[in-house]
Parts: sequence; structure tokens; C-alpha cells
Amino acid sequence: MKRILLLFLLPLAFLRAQEASLSVPYERIELQNGLNVILHEDHTIPRVSVNMWYHVGSGHEKPGRTGFAHLFEHIMFEGSGNVPEGMFDVWLEAAGGDNNGSTNTDRTNYYENMPGNALELALFLESDRLGFLLDAMSPEKVDGQRDVVKNERRQRYENQPYGMVWIVMAQNIYPKDHPYSWPTIGSMADLSAASYDDVVEFFKKYYVPNNASMVIAGDINIEQAKALAAQWFDEIPAGKPVEPIDPPATSLTVEKRLVMEDRVQLPRLYMSWLTPALFKPGDAEMDILANILAGGKNSRLYKRLVYDLQIAQDVSAFQASASLSSSFWIIATARVGHTLAELEAVIQEEIDRLKIEGPAEREVQRATNQYEASFLDGLETSAGKADQLNNYFVRTGNPDYFNEDLGRYKAVRQNDIRAMAQSFLPDGARVVLSVVPQGKKDLSAAESQEVMP
Amino acid sequence: MNLFIMQKKGLGMIERIVGLGIALLTVAGIAAAQKPNRSAPPPLGAPGTLSLPAIQKFKLSNGLPVVLMEKRGVPIVQINLLVKTGSAMEATDKAGVASMTAAMLDEGAGTRTALEVADAIDFLGARITTNAGQHTSVVALHTPVSKLDAALPLMGDIGMKPTFPVEELDRLRKERMTTLVQWHDQPGTIASVAFSQTLYGSRHPYGVPSIGNEQSLRAMKVSDLKRFHDTYYNPNNVTLIVVGDVGKAEIEKKLESVFGGWKGRTTASVNWPDANQVERRAVYLIDKPGAAQSEIRIGRIGVPRMTQDYFPIIVMNTILGGSFTSRLNQNLREEHGYSYGAGSFFDMRPLPGPFMAYSAVQTNVTDSALFEFFKEFRDIQKSMPEEEFEKAKNYIALGYPDNFESVGQIAGMLAEMITFNLPDNYFNTYVNKVLAVKKADVEQVAREYVLSDKMAVIVVGDKAVIEKGIRGLKLGAVQLKSIEDILGPPPKL
Repeated sequence: MKRILLLFLLPLAFLRAQEASLSVPYERIELQNGLNVILHEDHTIPRVSVNMWYHVGSGHEKPGRTGFAHLFEHIMFEGSGNVPEGMFDVWLEAAGGDNNGSTNTDRTNYYENMPGNALELALFLESDRLGFLLDAMSPEKVDGQRDVVKNERRQRYENQPYGMVWIVMAQNIYPKDHPYSWPTIGSMADLSAASYDDVVEFFKKYYVPNNASMVIAGDINIEQAKALAAQWFDEIPAGKPVEPIDPPATSLTVEKRLVMEDRVQLPRLYMSWLTPALFKPGDAEMDILANILAGGKNSRLYKRLVYDLQIAQDVSAFQASASLSSSFWIIATARVGHTLAELEAVIQEEIDRLKIEGPAEREVQRATNQYEASFLDGLETSAGKADQLNNYFVRTGNPDYFNEDLGRYKAVRQNDIRAMAQSFLPDGARVVLSVVPQGKKDLSAAESQEVMP
Repeated sequence: MNLFIMQKKGLGMIERIVGLGIALLTVAGIAAAQKPNRSAPPPLGAPGTLSLPAIQKFKLSNGLPVVLMEKRGVPIVQINLLVKTGSAMEATDKAGVASMTAAMLDEGAGTRTALEVADAIDFLGARITTNAGQHTSVVALHTPVSKLDAALPLMGDIGMKPTFPVEELDRLRKERMTTLVQWHDQPGTIASVAFSQTLYGSRHPYGVPSIGNEQSLRAMKVSDLKRFHDTYYNPNNVTLIVVGDVGKAEIEKKLESVFGGWKGRTTASVNWPDANQVERRAVYLIDKPGAAQSEIRIGRIGVPRMTQDYFPIIVMNTILGGSFTSRLNQNLREEHGYSYGAGSFFDMRPLPGPFMAYSAVQTNVTDSALFEFFKEFRDIQKSMPEEEFEKAKNYIALGYPDNFESVGQIAGMLAEMITFNLPDNYFNTYVNKVLAVKKADVEQVAREYVLSDKMAVIVVGDKAVIEKGIRGLKLGAVQLKSIEDILGPPPKL
């Protein structure tokens, strides 16, 4: 997974001299109810971003209610005690604002981007749904968003070629009771089962100020913004502390070889391993390793499979980082007339070579340079900086973790990559899934067991 | 009520931090004493105004025009070589030549092979992308300022001195033919291809996918690409757009050294065939057995970018389907739960581009969803509430500065200005032009351009489930199609 980089530049001269120390200046306050508020000024354009993270994601769901954290995210836009249904969006748009939210395994975020003069409107709306959501909740609202979310699942998974892969893979990478073993979108049955009572319980448990953090970034006066944040959020009482998740240990100790039919023209191979969690030692190395394998024309897998042999249409590799555990992926699509066994053989050769020889120095440097440049891109927008400040604060306690984060990448050496490949890409503990056109199991990788989505 | 400053970084010194802490405690105390008034949304003050750096224009010694906007802050720079020709200049039997020319620019350039070009760019951490749209082609460099000196000559080679190796053309030909194979899996792609084909026909460049088709890809030769490049990629037909952390004197010198010796030549012009407007409503049902949703595209030929009705149209479309609170999204998603989202847009090009409304809806409500689309097309022609009209105008006008935050966005805005010969003060007058739109004008353009009985209706979905309901709506003739009717058979490699 790519981390967005951001930055603010301290003295530009330093950056130009390549001695750069990336930094996004900020202030942080903690309200008495436990809400953390982080503020950053940037007057490039007359806009401001409010970015709210609740420290709850699909990883906090209970069995039988998969998909609930995301369904709840949808419900948060449907009005609250002092905001009639529909007016959350209407008022923001009338002020020239946009908004959205997203849910992953670890957190749920919400943001509003609007002209600076509408900051107080966003704070009113965000505080109202944190303080008074249940005053306006009804079973009908839950039903309405249940239908929308089911259509989101159809659109993103069921009606997409290879769309059901993510669901099958999660089930097989993680043990059955691990919270990463189910997809954030949830199952249709669990979405159907979600009730009004579940909404009430989930809200009271997780949507409390002491389980949230808010960034205000953009065309603001920091002192005024702090005062407004206090004004709108102070009256909301703290809730009980939220206990951290206590997941079962991840334990992938065998190689699972699976095949699934789909309505697709071309077979596609998915390989996945369990890898170090976000910001843990090894996490940045796996990002660099992914770039060496499949980032650009000269990467090892792209060059062999797509450029030289021309037996694959595409290949990608990435580290999907998350707080409890990460996973590393290699995905490749076979051209017409080629099998996934052919692709797998080449991929295995290249992994083995990295384990034995390690990468060349230039390969590591090329990858690191790309990461370094991408940190600058992340500093271009207030919305991007706001989300990253929140991310860093939640994960590390330090919102301005930009330079430290980049430092992880710059510290990676050739030997680290070889060691990581040896430690985290074992042949005997991974999931290898072949997706093949219907009736074409002969195109799969060898010795694969059939699996149904 | 109490605020605790946990940390402060950036500008400050310790003394200032302490001082701020005291001030905040006071403010917070006052705020808490008066509970916030939640009886109505807080009033908005006056919005800030966007103040853009000046647009600077100059020419290199060979006449090549440069448009520069200095943007200080983040030490990056975006340089776009904008070629004022794209796929619309092709004869339809040469479909895909503009796109392939762009794709081949970095597959060997100057003295470097394809792999050497890629390695050199990647090692810098820079990005150079190449692509062709319908009326423009672009080579875009995005780089840290610290790498500009090394990256710019690479960009120059890619834009001016591509070598077009035949083995790389053969490789990309196979890649694109495989893409055509994969389209057969993608209901949204099938629907969009069918929509363009239905509106413009296969003899009009807007009716044919810009990557071409199996026949044109098979026939494509290196000489086609060389001819396209020689004809259109030259100083008489390009503009350099520069946005970022560089000054005029510095960048002028650098651009001159790379692009100043590029020789110009005369470009060709072309006459486009007329497209036949949709005059009778008809439904094209493309069967995708077992589909969980139906992909819907509805519309007709719309307007060119330079239409006099530009501002009323964008306000009208914002109300109809251009934002989350638009009527189509509220109806299909929020009221009925048929879909994850619905919307509409006018794609404005030099020639009239399409007006399209779209959604992906749950299979078993396809007919109901279509009914609601046409209800909204009829209702938008009636008098609209003042509040809704004002909301749409503010949404566009106050949101406009969002287009000028990153160097890539600004370069895109400048490209639009150049492509359509918009005046230099265009960005500064845009907001007032939006706010000056009259409600009657919006209602008028709805009646003129959203002609609900003269639209093509494309549905890609499970015919066995949805056909009967669709026929029951009596929208017009229903033509049954297969995916192969639209895309042709999957190419054999």
C-alpha cells in the first residue's frame, strides 16, 4: 500500500540541497473529552480540509456482522439531531464544499473540503453527528443505506471481473476468527442481518471523542480554528475507553494452492504472503521489494514476463500495510495461449534469485528515489496533508512523522532486501490462487484445489 | 472546557507556545460558557478569493510558445508538452495511430532503448507520461526541481526524437489487442463503447475507441507513427506548459537548450464528418448473462466547449447529475437504493461531445431505474426551486479554486485555456460568470439539450431478467445486441 507523503517544506534551500528534512508544521490540542485536534496552516488556495478519523474499522466487527463498520459510515451522512436527513450534503454543497468517508480494516475517516469561510459549518456537522446521531436514527435509514451498500458490493465486487478474489484471498490468508479474514464490504447475509440495535450499540461504543482525532488543514487562522473546534466539540461527553483488538495470532504455515472459475477471458495468478505490520521493521523494505519486482519496465517481473517473454499482459506487486498484520501480493495476468503455471515458474525463479543474490545497488536506489519524490507530491494538497497528519498521529503518536517515514525508505540496503525475501516470501507459507475462465482449469497453476467465492 | 496544548511544531518558540496556551484557555472558556447554537447551520462569512500567480507567456527562438505559472512552496515542477492534435485527426481506418504514437514515444528515444529510457526516468524519481486524447496529445514531466536538469533532456528526446523500434510496436500491438480481449469482461467499458458507437457511428472519430480496433491495430506500421509524429509534433503545433517552483529566466534558458533547435513544419488540417443527432428514442440491450447489475448509459449529442450556453449548462447539469445532491443521485441512490451512484455530464470538446447520464443498478430494478431517469429528464425542464439553483451555482463557483492546488491540476487548466483559445483573464472571471447565470437560462438549456424523447438508451445486463420490464416501459424500439456486436469477437493473437 502506498503511503501518501506530504510535506511542508521547511527551508526550501535545504530541500534543494538534498539535505532535506521534510516537515509539516502543526499544533495539537486535546479537548477534555479526549478528542485530539491537529491544525496546520496552508494558504495556497482559499480552501480548508477537515479530516476526522474514528479508530474503528472492519477489524473491530463481530462475527455475523461483517461489513458493519462500513455500513455505519454510510449512516453517518444521513442526518443527526440538528441536521435533517439530506442536509449534511446540501449545506456543504451550497457552501462550495465536498465530502466523503472511507472505511478500512483499521479506521473510518470522514472529510470535508470547502472554502475557508465554511470551516465552522463543517465543525457543526461533524460535531452534531458525533454528539447527536442517535436523535435522528431510524430503522428506515438503516434499510436505505443497506440497499446502497449492497449495490456498492455488486458494483465493486460481484459485477467486476476477478472482483470476488479479494474476498476469497482474505479468507485464506488469515485464520477464520482473525478480523482481517473478512472483507470490509462484508457479506450479503451479514448486511441483511444488521439491525437498528446494532447501530445504537456500535455508535455508543466506538463513536466517542476519545476514540477520534481531527485534523484541520488549509486556509485557517490556527487560534481561531482551535477556538471553533473547542466551541463545537467540548459539550460532547467522553465515552468509555475503547479496548484494543486482541486478535488471534496469524499463522500461515502451509502453502495453499487454489483455483477459482470466473467469467473472464484471461487467467490471472494471485500470490500472497503475511508480512510485517505497518511501520514495523520490514514494512518499508517490503515496499521497496515490491518496486524492485514490479515497479517500472526494468523491474524483474515486468521485464521478464511482460517485456521479454511477453507471456503476461500485466504484473504488479505491493505491500498492503495494516496495523495488525500486512500482506504482500504478486498478481499477474496471462496472455491468450499461456498458462498460470508458466507465469508462476518465472515468478518463482525471480523470487529465488532475489533470495540468493539480492538486488543490485541501482535497483534499490531507483526505488528509494521514487519514494523520495512521491513524498513531495503528497505535500501538494491540504486534503492530502490532513489525512497523512491524522494517519501518522494515529499510528505513531507524531503527526509530523514525514521525515521519519521517508527515513525508513532511505535506510534500506541491498542486504535488507535479500533478508526480507528470505524471511517473508517463503514457498511453504503462502496462498497461490489461480483465477481461470469457466471450464478452463487446465490453465491454472499446478495442484490447485477448487474454491468457490 | 480545558484545552491542553500537547505539542507545537513549526514556527514557534517555547515562549509563544505558552502564550498561545493561555489565550486558548480563555477562548475555550468563553466558548463553553455559551453552548453552540445548533438550531441552524452557522452563518458563512465572505469567502476568500483565489489569487493566482500571473500567467507568463514567451516564445523560444524557434517560435515554440511557452506558458508559465510559477508556483512556489513544494519544490516540484510539471512541464506538459501539449500537442494540439489527437485521435480525432485520424481516418477511421487508422484508428489508434495517435494513441499508439504517444505510447511509443518512450519506447526508444534519442540514443536510448526503451529499457534505458525507463531506467533513466525512474532513477531520478521523475515521471514522464505520454498519451493522446481526441484533440490533443501530451508528454508530461513531473519531477522534483532538484532533478529537472537531468529530466528535461529525457523529456526532449521523448517528445522530439522517438525512434519507434518495430519490435516495440509489435509488443504494444499485442498488449492492446489483449486489452480489447479484456474489454469483453467489463460491463462498464462495453456500455461506454456502445454509447459512443450509437451516437456517432463508426465513421466518426468520436464513435471509435481511441486505442483502435483489431483491424486497425493489425494494419498499423512504424511509418504510420512516424508520419503522425512528423506532421503534428513540431513547434508550430505545440505549446509548453510549465507550472511549479521555477522562475522565468531559469526555465526559459533550460527550455531553450532542449527545445530551441526543434524545427517547425506545417501541419495538416482535416474535415470531420457530421454526426447524425439522435432523433428518435431507442433502447440497445446488450446481454451479459448472470450480471449482478445493469450498466446504463443514456444520452445524445451535446454541445461544443465554446457554446454560448456553457455556464447555464454546467449549472443545469450540476442540478441534474453533477454532484452528490443532484437529482439523479438522490433519486436512484438515496430515495430508491437502486444504485451506489448515478450522475450525468456534458463532455465538451471542439466538436459537440456527448451528453450522458449513467448508473449501474441492481439487475432486478433495471426497468424501475430507467423510469426514474426519464422522470428526472422531464422534471428538469420545469421551473426549479430558487434554493436548488443557488446551491448549484455556489457549489461550482466556490469550489473552483480546488482546480488550482497541485501543479498537475493547474497544468490541466492551462491546457484547456490553450486548446480553446480562452483569454488570459479567463480563470479570474470564471466565478463571476457562474454567479451571473440566470435561473431562466438554466431552465431554457434543460429544455434545449435534455430532450428525453430523443435519446439513445444503452443497457448492459442480464437480458433474461431485464428484457420484459424494459419493453414494458415502451421507451421506443428495443434492439437486442451481443457483446460481440459491440466489440467484435475477441482478437486472436
